[in-house]
Amino acid sequence: MTGAQKTRETPVAEQTSTVRVPVGGRAWFVQRRIIGLVVGCVVAMLGLGFVGLSYGTSWATPGEVFGALTGLEPSVVIAEWRAPRVVAGILFGAALGVAGAIFQNLTRNPMGSPDIIGLDAGAYTGALLVMTVFAGASVTVAFGAVAGGLVTAALVYSLSRSNGLSGMRLVVIGIAVNAMVTALNNWLVLRAELEVAMAAVGWNSGSLNGIDWEDLVVPFTVIAVLLTVIGLRASALQQSALGDSIAVSTGVPLERQRLLMVLVGVGCTATVTAVAGPVMFVALAAPQIGRRLAKAPGVPLLPAALTGAVLLQFADLVAQMLLAPVSLPVGVVTTAIGGGYLIWLLAQEVRRR
Amino acid sequence: MTTRLSARDVTLGYGDRVVSTRLTLDVPDGAFTAVVGPNGCGKSTLLRAFVRLLTPDEGAVTLDSRSVSDLPAKGLARELAFLPQDPLAPEGITVRQLVARGRYPHQSLLALWTPDDERAVAEAMVTAEVEDFADRQVAELSGGQRQRVWVAMVLAQDTPYLLLDEPTSFLDITHQYRLLALLSRLRNEGRTVIAVLHDINQACRFADHLVAMKDGRVAAEGAAADVVDAALIKDVFDLPSVIVADPVSGTPMVVPE
Repeated sequence: MTGAQKTRETPVAEQTSTVRVPVGGRAWFVQRRIIGLVVGCVVAMLGLGFVGLSYGTSWATPGEVFGALTGLEPSVVIAEWRAPRVVAGILFGAALGVAGAIFQNLTRNPMGSPDIIGLDAGAYTGALLVMTVFAGASVTVAFGAVAGGLVTAALVYSLSRSNGLSGMRLVVIGIAVNAMVTALNNWLVLRAELEVAMAAVGWNSGSLNGIDWEDLVVPFTVIAVLLTVIGLRASALQQSALGDSIAVSTGVPLERQRLLMVLVGVGCTATVTAVAGPVMFVALAAPQIGRRLAKAPGVPLLPAALTGAVLLQFADLVAQMLLAPVSLPVGVVTTAIGGGYLIWLLAQEVRRR
Repeated sequence: MTTRLSARDVTLGYGDRVVSTRLTLDVPDGAFTAVVGPNGCGKSTLLRAFVRLLTPDEGAVTLDSRSVSDLPAKGLARELAFLPQDPLAPEGITVRQLVARGRYPHQSLLALWTPDDERAVAEAMVTAEVEDFADRQVAELSGGQRQRVWVAMVLAQDTPYLLLDEPTSFLDITHQYRLLALLSRLRNEGRTVIAVLHDINQACRFADHLVAMKDGRVAAEGAAADVVDAALIKDVFDLPSVIVADPVSGTPMVVPE
C-alpha cells in the first residue's frame, strides 16, 4: 500500500522541491529551499546591517542611517566607522563559511574545518612573525598569514597521511597541532615589543573593532577572486563527495581539485585572519547549519557562505552590545556559541563509532 | 572478436607492493566479461587500472590503441563507467540527485542540463528499477535498493563500458540474480560489461568471457564451458571439486568436494 502511495506522490514532490529554469534549450535546476535560503539570508543581512549601522555609543535614527547611506545627511560615524564593520562581517563570514565547507568536504568530516585543525592559528603565527620579527606592514602581514596557513596545512597533512588520507585522523592531529601553534602564538606575543604585543592581543581572539574601508580593499579583492574560482569548481567539489573512486571515474581531476581546494580554503582563512585575527568556529558551524537549512546533499558552498555571513554579522552585533560600552572581540562570541556546538558534534561523532 | 579496451604488459602495484607483473588482457567488445579469483589476486586492482584509478608502473591500458592516461579525464569518463565497492552517498542526497551525478562527465562548467542529460537520468532510473523511490533519501533504502541506485548512477553516465567491482556483495540471492540479469540485459543492448564476481557459478552462468586470475596473472580465459574444469579450480582456488552442468543453464557448476 505504502509503495503505491509513494509512487503517486513522487512527481508532485519533485515538482515542489525543484525549480526548473530554462536557459536557451538547456535547463538549470534550483532547489526551492536554496532560493528560500538566499532570500532569507539577504533579508537577515539587510536587517542586521541596518541595526549595525544604527548601533553605537548613541543609537542613530533610521532617518539618519538613510541620510548617511544616500549621502544627503553625511555622517562620518555611520559611513566611515560602522559601515565598513558591517561589510567586514558579511565578507569575512562568507569567506570563513566557504573555507569551512571546503575543508569539511576535503576531510569528509564535519569537524574538519580550518579553525579546528589549526589553520587559523597557523595563519595568525605567520602574521605575528611578520609583525614582531620583521616589523612588516599590513600587506606583508597578509602574506605572512597565507604562508603560515599553508605551512600549517602542509604539516597537518603530512602528519596525518599514512596509507591514504583519513578524515578523522586528520582532525585529531589537527586539534593537536592547533594546541601547539596556539601556544607558540602566546609565546610570540609575550616576547614581542609592548606596542606590537598590545596590538596583537587585541586581535588574538578575532575582532572587527576599528576596521575601516582601507583595511577592506585587499581582502575584498582576494576573497572575491577566491570565491569565484571555487564557485566555478563547485560541481567538481560536490562530485568528489561520492568517494575518490567515483570522483576519478566520472572525470574529476582529483589531485588538482584537492590542491585548488586547499589553496582557496587557506587563502580565505588567512585573508580573514590577517585583518581580523583568528575568528574561531564560524567555519566549523556555518557549513553544517547551512546544509541543514538548505536540506541539500553533502556540504554545499552557497549555503555555507550565506550562513557564515549572517552568523558573523550577528555575532559581531552581540559582541558590541553584550558589555556595552566596551566592545568585545567578535571571536569571544563566536567561540562561546561555537564551543557548545563543538561539544555536541564531538558527542555525535563518538556515538557514531 | 574485436577489442577496443586492453591492458598491455601492465605491472600494477601500490608503492613497493607489486600485485601484477606484465599482465595482458583484451576485453571483448559487447560481451559480459567476468573476472574471478581468490581474495587478493589482483582482480580489483586490474579494474582500477582500467579506469585510471591506478597508473601502471610499466605497460599501458589502451582504448582504441591510445593510452588511457593520454585521454582527458571527462573524455575517458564518457567511455568507461565504474562502480567501486565503497561508493559514498553524501548525507541527505535523494535517489534522483545521486543518479544525476552520473551526468557529470557530460556537463560543462556551469552544470546546465541538456535534454540529453534529463533523458539519460530518467532512462537509467527506469532500467535499474529505482524510479519508484526516486525522491527518497538514499540513506533510507535497503542494501539491494541502494545498490540498484548506484547502478542507475553509472548507467546515467551513458558509457559503452560498464566496470563493476563485486556488485553483488552484500546483496541477498534474489537481488544478486536480478542485478546479474540486468547486466546481461545491458550487454544485449550493446554495452560491454566487465564485472569482478565472487561467485564462480554465477560467473559461469552469466559471463560470455571468463577471466580466472591467480597471484596477479591471468590463469585462464575464454568461454566458461571451455576453460572451467576441476584442474583450473584446483589451481586458482586451491579447492578440490567436481564440475557438473548447471541444471538450469547448462553452464559449468563447481561443487566443492
